[in-house]
Amino acid sequence: MLKHYLEPQDRHSAQQMGLKELEWELVLEKLGRTPNLTELGMFAVMWSEHCSYKHSKLALRQFPTTGPRVLVGPGENAGVIDIGDGQAVVFKIESHNHPSAIEPYQGAATGVGGIVRDVFAMGARPIALLNSLRFGELDSAHQRHLFSGVVSGISGYGNCLGIPTVGGEVYFNQSYTGNCLVNAMCVGTISQDKLARGKAAGLGNRVLLIGALTGRDGIHGATFASEELSESSSTKRPMVQVGDPFMEKLLIEACLELVDRRVIVGMQDLGAAGLTSASSEMAARAGTGVEIDVARVPRREQNMSPYEVMLSESQERMLLVVEPERVREVLEICTRWGLAATDIGLVTDTGAVRVFDGDEIVAEVPAQALASAAPVYNPTLQVPWWQSEAQHLDLDALPLPQDLNQVLLVLLSSPTIASKEWVYRQYDHQVRGDTVVLPGSDAAVLRIKGTSKGLAISVDCNSRYVYLDPFRGGAIAVAEAARNVAVSGAEPLAVTNCLNFGNPEKPEIFYQFHQAIAGMAEACRALETPVTGGNVSLYNETNGKAIYPTPTVGMVGLLRDVNKRVTLSFKQIGDVILQLGTTMEELGGSEYLKVIHQRECGMPPGLDLKRERALQQLLVAAAQAQLLSSAHDCSEGGLAVALCESAFPLGFGADVTLENVNQIRLDALLFGESQSRVVATTAPSSFAALQDLCEQHNVPCREIGRVSRDTVVVRVGSTTVIDLPTQDLARAWKGAIPCLMSQ
Amino acid sequence: MRFGVVVFPGSNCDIDCYHAAKAILGQPTDYVWHETSDLSSYDCIVLPGGFSYGDYLRPGAIARFAPAMQAVAEAAGRGQLVLGICNGFQILLEAGLLPGAMRRNDHLQFRCETRHLRLENNTTPFTHLGERGQILRLPIAHADGNYYIDELGLAELKRNNQIVLRYCDAEGQPTASANPNGALENIAGIVNRRGNVFGLMPHPERALEKITGGTDGQLVWTSILKWWEGNHA
Amino acid sequence: MYKAKIWVTLRQGILDPAGQAVQKGLHSQGFVGVRDVRMGKFMELVLDVTSEREAAGLVRETCERLLVNPVMEDYTFTLEAHV
Repeated sequence: MLKHYLEPQDRHSAQQMGLKELEWELVLEKLGRTPNLTELGMFAVMWSEHCSYKHSKLALRQFPTTGPRVLVGPGENAGVIDIGDGQAVVFKIESHNHPSAIEPYQGAATGVGGIVRDVFAMGARPIALLNSLRFGELDSAHQRHLFSGVVSGISGYGNCLGIPTVGGEVYFNQSYTGNCLVNAMCVGTISQDKLARGKAAGLGNRVLLIGALTGRDGIHGATFASEELSESSSTKRPMVQVGDPFMEKLLIEACLELVDRRVIVGMQDLGAAGLTSASSEMAARAGTGVEIDVARVPRREQNMSPYEVMLSESQERMLLVVEPERVREVLEICTRWGLAATDIGLVTDTGAVRVFDGDEIVAEVPAQALASAAPVYNPTLQVPWWQSEAQHLDLDALPLPQDLNQVLLVLLSSPTIASKEWVYRQYDHQVRGDTVVLPGSDAAVLRIKGTSKGLAISVDCNSRYVYLDPFRGGAIAVAEAARNVAVSGAEPLAVTNCLNFGNPEKPEIFYQFHQAIAGMAEACRALETPVTGGNVSLYNETNGKAIYPTPTVGMVGLLRDVNKRVTLSFKQIGDVILQLGTTMEELGGSEYLKVIHQRECGMPPGLDLKRERALQQLLVAAAQAQLLSSAHDCSEGGLAVALCESAFPLGFGADVTLENVNQIRLDALLFGESQSRVVATTAPSSFAALQDLCEQHNVPCREIGRVSRDTVVVRVGSTTVIDLPTQDLARAWKGAIPCLMSQ
Repeated sequence: MRFGVVVFPGSNCDIDCYHAAKAILGQPTDYVWHETSDLSSYDCIVLPGGFSYGDYLRPGAIARFAPAMQAVAEAAGRGQLVLGICNGFQILLEAGLLPGAMRRNDHLQFRCETRHLRLENNTTPFTHLGERGQILRLPIAHADGNYYIDELGLAELKRNNQIVLRYCDAEGQPTASANPNGALENIAGIVNRRGNVFGLMPHPERALEKITGGTDGQLVWTSILKWWEGNHA
Repeated sequence: MYKAKIWVTLRQGILDPAGQAVQKGLHSQGFVGVRDVRMGKFMELVLDVTSEREAAGLVRETCERLLVNPVMEDYTFTLEAHV
């Protein structure tokens, strides 16, 4: 008898591995018999939320995923877009939240490793990393531990790879206290004719495993990522994987050399669910089968069972499919890079993933069943009972602070708004020599050597908006990410996203999920920025309490001429300061409301996608025409904070007078977060031309002041409401995080 | 003039150094694999930054045993120029081609930022186009740049005018707050006694073009080229 | 076979920032009696040699050649029979 008929499992063990009753039945149906331990384990990981998207698939279909520039959309290792001249950009964002909550350094480090592998698995040279991080408030020692651990993990891993970490965002909010978020984005470039695919094509082709040895790392990590954290999670520490960035660096170089010399047929990284997912997905994409002999897999630990080898999530490994006559070449290249490469099997036409342990078959499962036959759920959704209560904000009952200077100082030192230099100075953001706009800007800008082109990249999500109104908040996340790219002068092209939510089996959470996607999808359509892929991280809850719904948006934009990029910094005393867009009386969900009034409520600011689109097109046109000295998105902290952030880099001041034509509250005027607004400057000689351009694009443009020497003064009508030296403002902004972290 | 950029497993500023020599200086340049044992054809050998062998054990500790390092030692003995940047500097220290050692930054963090540096010695092939006391702005990016040498060694460095660069403030003062890593006496770069082996923590190859943040690094690269041209005119 | 246990520390008198950070951490946890912390590396080598003398010689050689940077580090080691 073949071994895979032995040890038949039952519904009880299925349940223990996280499969539901119905899923167990489906396993029996797909297999036509009772699975053994290895087979059941393979189903359990592949049908986990992390790998199968079983709760999210239907909702995700709302996203637009096609467009003239999309070369590869969702479903591959990473998305690919056309940037002209035969070149393409490959990019993706992914979460590593649960591992980071348990061991921040290694969790974040291996998160970076995973996303980088996704990009070079497509054959692309990784050229930039970004990240989006969320923690609880920094007054807690544990949150500081998580924050500093995650930052050093990203630093330790990314720096070693020689991929610059060029940008990102960090938010601090109570809702992330038990569940920090670590989302890492990687961007690569490739010549289109070299795109590699994760396909196990070609009958008889060999399957090679290269890179690190296989140990008992993270067995069932994918299932772990699909569970809520509980008190006992930190005792699950053995599941934490340790990253080896040196090995990854060697893998990058070896794999790119393999791609360059066109010696491989298919390539895929081993991430969640390890060999099981790589082999079944590669076979499923090609419509083939795969045979693997686990006895040949080089191990780090002794006495590993086939189950453990197939499910191991050991980092820094890649699976290659190679024509038999080119195996020797692959081995030579790997050896030169000091990498182990082992022939562990071959491509078949059986449609099955057949696992041998030496001569014995220990598992045999249809690849399609693993990769794409997981049940698809359509969870019920329900407006949360607290939603309308949270949206309520009575502005009349909100006192107007007397000292607005003080309010501005407090806002600037709020960790969410404060300078993130403490973070990014730990990242090598210049290696490779192409970083043109450094971290601390609206978007990072990289040049593409040998061309005049540049890429602008941003990651964004104001999750409080999403919490208060998932649809609008989702739309704003996309709009703001695109705006950040557009203020740099780049045309926003496409989106990757990382959807971090609570437990989707709770109707209120699924409501958030579904509505946020609907809002994002609408914005993506309006801004013509299709979604090319991403990642879903659900079950971000601790002891039943969910995080703020956080659909992080990674946006890539193209600058035709990188010399025409625009930065946020004021450039010249006497330049005209303009406000593009309109300020309304909107304080709901603002950082001001949270920091000054300790309230997180109200409706998030309104978003008119037509106006947003017009503004962004104007920004790109104005940059092309070189009419802008600077441009900066108004976001958290509103107009006042945006003015300061533009003044800080070169130590200028701003002399501003606001008309307040609509007679709105002073705090809303200064600190409100109305969307589709930008603080821009222009040389007096370009002002008229810029005004004309604004008129053509139908974008409201108002002169509000001049760049001055060293003081930020804001008058409303004839009353001075803010008057502080730039130096004092900058000190509050720069010192806040270092001060909190030195406790 | 011919440049050779040595590539160790884990080097990652190799492409930047290659770009500097090839595209910016316009000189013939090769990547040289760490297993190469003959470097006699290169006028300047560059040991680039990065994390050779993962920086495991100590930065540079394993790389120094690569065949290429034997060749670097021979080249240095013949008077060829050797430029070690960041990890390359660490390797030169471990290999004993430059005196001293590198410790972890005193604040224990990686640090990437642009810093002021004062040129202490403008008589080397790497800096002769500069002026003594000149202030440069160069990016740093390292976790182990905390230079150490014992008292005797320090005295000798000074006696032989081997200290080339010091971290300083905008006014050129080598103050404690201008020191990004705890390096002894703010030392950022030194040469050997003969003057043909230069190690420095800042990255001159990252400061060559205005678009990527400055041109002060040209001093080093152009000095090398002019020095060579002067000797081969 | 012998097992060598090797401790590598920064030489006395050389600033040990990691040790200081740990000491500060201990103090903030109330362990004020901790006077000094020196951080270092611990390594285990299994040596295929037949005598303790040989083992000691091999350890010294590996330390001086690679494992230790004599400019700033010191080392000590113990040996035990290994089966």
